[in-house]
Amino acid sequence: MRRSVFGLAVAGVSVALVACGGGDGGDAQVADTGGTGTAAVAAPAGGGTITGTVAFTGTPPANPPIDMSEESACAQKYQGQPTDNQVVVTDGKLADVVVYVKSGLPAGQNFQVPPQAVEIDQDGCLYKPRALAMMVNQKLTIKNSDPVAHNIKAVPKENRGFNISQPRPMTSERTFSQPEMTVPFECNIHSWMHADVAVLPHPFFATTGRDGTFTITGLPAGTYEVEAWHGKLGAKTMTVTVPEGGQGSASFTFGTAT
Amino acid sequence: MTSRRHAPPACQPEGAAATEGSSVRSWCPGRPRARRGRSLVVPAALLGMTRAVASALPALTGSVAGALLGMTVLLVPAPLDAQAAPRGKATYDKWCAGCHGDTGAGDGPAAAYMLPRPRDFTKGVYQIRTTASGEVPLDADIRRIIDEGMPGTAMPGWRTLLSEAERNDLVAYLKSFSQFFANAKPNVVTVGGAPGGGADAIANGKAAYEKLECFKCHGPAGRGDGQSAPTLTDDWDHPIRAANLSQSWSFTGGNAVEQIYTRLRTGLDGTPMPSFTDAVDAKLVTDEELWQVAHYVRSLSSERAPAVREVIRAAPAEGTLPATPDDSAWADVERFWIPLVAQIIAKPRWFAPMVNGVWVQALHDGRRLALRLSWDDPSESPNAAWQEWLDRVAATMTDADGPVPTTQGSDQFSVQFPPRVTDDAERPYFLHGSARRPVHMWRWTSSPARVEVGAATGLGRFAPAGGAPEVTAAAKFDQGQWQLLLTRALAPADTARAPTFTTGVAIPIGFYAADGSNGEDQSRGAISSWYAIYLDVPTPPGVFVAPVATMLLTAGLGTLLVVRAQRRDRGLGRNNQEES
Repeated sequence: MRRSVFGLAVAGVSVALVACGGGDGGDAQVADTGGTGTAAVAAPAGGGTITGTVAFTGTPPANPPIDMSEESACAQKYQGQPTDNQVVVTDGKLADVVVYVKSGLPAGQNFQVPPQAVEIDQDGCLYKPRALAMMVNQKLTIKNSDPVAHNIKAVPKENRGFNISQPRPMTSERTFSQPEMTVPFECNIHSWMHADVAVLPHPFFATTGRDGTFTITGLPAGTYEVEAWHGKLGAKTMTVTVPEGGQGSASFTFGTAT
Repeated sequence: MTSRRHAPPACQPEGAAATEGSSVRSWCPGRPRARRGRSLVVPAALLGMTRAVASALPALTGSVAGALLGMTVLLVPAPLDAQAAPRGKATYDKWCAGCHGDTGAGDGPAAAYMLPRPRDFTKGVYQIRTTASGEVPLDADIRRIIDEGMPGTAMPGWRTLLSEAERNDLVAYLKSFSQFFANAKPNVVTVGGAPGGGADAIANGKAAYEKLECFKCHGPAGRGDGQSAPTLTDDWDHPIRAANLSQSWSFTGGNAVEQIYTRLRTGLDGTPMPSFTDAVDAKLVTDEELWQVAHYVRSLSSERAPAVREVIRAAPAEGTLPATPDDSAWADVERFWIPLVAQIIAKPRWFAPMVNGVWVQALHDGRRLALRLSWDDPSESPNAAWQEWLDRVAATMTDADGPVPTTQGSDQFSVQFPPRVTDDAERPYFLHGSARRPVHMWRWTSSPARVEVGAATGLGRFAPAGGAPEVTAAAKFDQGQWQLLLTRALAPADTARAPTFTTGVAIPIGFYAADGSNGEDQSRGAISSWYAIYLDVPTPPGVFVAPVATMLLTAGLGTLLVVRAQRRDRGLGRNNQEES
C-alpha cells in the first residue's frame, strides 16, 4: 500500500509539473533503476481488492551491462557500470510486473478513466519505470529528467505511435485509444533504452515495485482471471474470487524453480 | 531525418545512365525474379519505364521542390468515390505489387533486394507527411509521393506514367490496406513561408543542430556518421541509415527548406527521426530555430546531384604536387563527381552499398600524377561500434544472394586502368577485367593501410605484383569521409603491364569502393563504369609571352611613329613662322 500511495504522489506531482508547463528534472533517484512502481488508480465502483506478491525463485538472469561512456551526463548518475535492468529481483521479489484483470469483468461496462496521469521518466538514460500500465485514454506524462536529448518512440500495433524529441528536461503528454498488451517504447539515440507500456480497457491493474507487492482496488464482486506479465519472463495467470467489498489474494512465482 | 540506401543500380552497367537512374531499377533481367510466379509483364514493363523516370526525377526534385508545399492544395485529389479503391487495385497489382506485395505488406518479390525496404502499407505508417507525428497522412501526402517518388530509394515518381485518375485511385487503394484511415482526422502541421536564410540563419541553424543533438545520429558534419548511427532500425527492425545531410538531393521528402522544416515538425514515421513539435511547445527550441536548422541542413550541399562528366581533367600543378590528401591546395582543384552503384551483376551481388559516389581530383607535374579521391563512408572499418550494424545488414540482406559475412573487413578503394593505352576503342570488362583482358589495378585498403598494385581478372580476382608498389598512398578519415591520395610516376617501370600517363590523351579509368563495416568486400560493393582521365598538356610559357610582347611592340612602334610625326609637324610649323 505504501507503494500505491507513492504512485499516487508521483502521478500528482507530474500533473502539477505539467500544469506549470514543464519539469525541472530534479529527480534525485540516483542509481535506482528498478521498480519505481506506479500502481494504484482511483477505485471507480465496487470495493473489492486483489492483493498479492510476485516472487522470483532461483538465480535471476544477469542483466546486460550498458556502455554509457559516450553519455557522461547519464553515466555519472551511477556508481559503477549501469545495467539494462531486464529482471529486477530484490530478496526474492520481482519488480516491474504488470498485474491486471485479464477477464471476468461484466461485459459492456464502461469504466471511468483515472483522472491522474501515469508517468514514464527518462532518467540516467533509462526508462523509469521499465514496465508501466495505464488505461485507454488515460494521460501518459513523458518526462525527460536528463540534460541530454532523448527521442521517445512508441511502436504499437493497435494504436497510433509517436516519436518525440525531448532535447532537454521537459514533459509531453500522450494517450492511447485502444487496449494493447503491450506497447514497446524505445529511444533511438540510446538503443539500450526500452520500456513496455500495458494499455488496458479498465482501471484494474497494478505494477510491482522492488517489494514485489501489488494491490488492485475498486473491483466489483466476481471471479477473475488475473495475469502477471513481465517483459522478459513472460506471463502467468490465476483465477481469483473477490467477495463484495472484500479482498482476494493472488501470488505469482517466476523463475527457475517453478 | 532518416536514411535511404542506394538501391540497385542500372541493369546495364555502362554509361552515365547509372547516375540518378540507379535508384529506380528494381527489376533487372539478370536477376532471379519472383519467388512466387509473378507475371513477367511487371518486370518488363517496369524496366522499360525506369529510363523515363530516371530522367524525370531530378527535374522534379530540383527547382520544383520549393513550390511543392505550396502546391499541396492543388494536388488534393477529388473526393474518392466508393469504386476508387477497387479501380486502384488494378493499377496497384500491375505496377506496385512487385515491390510492395499483393497485400500491401511491403513484401513483393523484389523487396528482398532493397534496403530500405518498400513501404508496408498495412500499418498506415508513412514517412513523408504534413501531419503530426504518429498521424496518418493526408490523401495529398500519399499522392505527392506517388507523383514524385522518393529520391535516394527505389521508389520512382509516377506523375508522367499514370493518369491523374489512376494515381487518385491508388491513394484510395493504399489506404484500404490499413484500418487506421477509417474516420481518421489527422492534425495538419501548418507551414508558413520560409523565413530568409543567409549566413546568420545558417550559423544559428548550426548552433541549434548542436543544441538539439542532431549530430548524435547525423554526425558533426551531417554525413550520417553519428555515434548512434550504427544502432538505428526502422519499425520493421531493418537497419536504417541516418540521412547523409550533405547529399540533400537524395532526401526522401525533398530538399526545399520548407520540406526540411516540415520533416523536423512531423518526424519521419517508421524511422528513428522524431518530431520536434513538442520541443517547440515546451519552448526548448523556437520555431525560428527549427527554420534555421532547415537552412543549415540545406546549406550543406548543392540543390541538385552533381553533374556527371565523362572525362576527369588532370591539370598541371602550379609548383609541387600536394603530398597529403588534406592539403589545402586541393580546395582549388576542379573536382569530378563519379557515381558508384551497387555491384549487381556478378555473384555474390550486393544490393545495399554504403558508398554512392566519389569526388575525383587530379593534378600532374609532368613527372607524376596525383589522384585525390573523397567519398562518404560513415565508418572507418573495421570498427567495433558498427558490428551491430553489420549483423543487422547481414540478417536483412542474406535472402538476396546467400549469406553475408558478419566479420568486418577493411574499407577498400580500387582504381583501374587498361594495362596499356591504345587507340583500340575496346576496353577490358569494366567489372575488374577478365582472364583474357585483365585490368591494371591500384587497390587501397584501410586495414592494413596500404596500396597494392597488380592485375585483376574479374571481381575478387586481384593479383598484386610483387615488390614495392610504384603507387604511394596517403589516406585520412574525417567525420564520415575518406580522403585518399594516390600518386604515381607518369611512366611506369613495366610499360607492358601498366599504362603510361601521356598528356593530351584520354585514358580509361574506373572506380570501386567497399565499406568493410557494411559487409562489403571485393565483390559486394559499389562500382563505376569506365570514365576517362585526361592530363592537360602544360601550356608553354611562349603562349603567355607572345601576345604581351606583340602588344607591347605594337604599342611602342605606334607611339614612336606618332611622336616622330608630331616632331616633324612642329618643326615644319616653326620653319613656316620664320619664313613669314
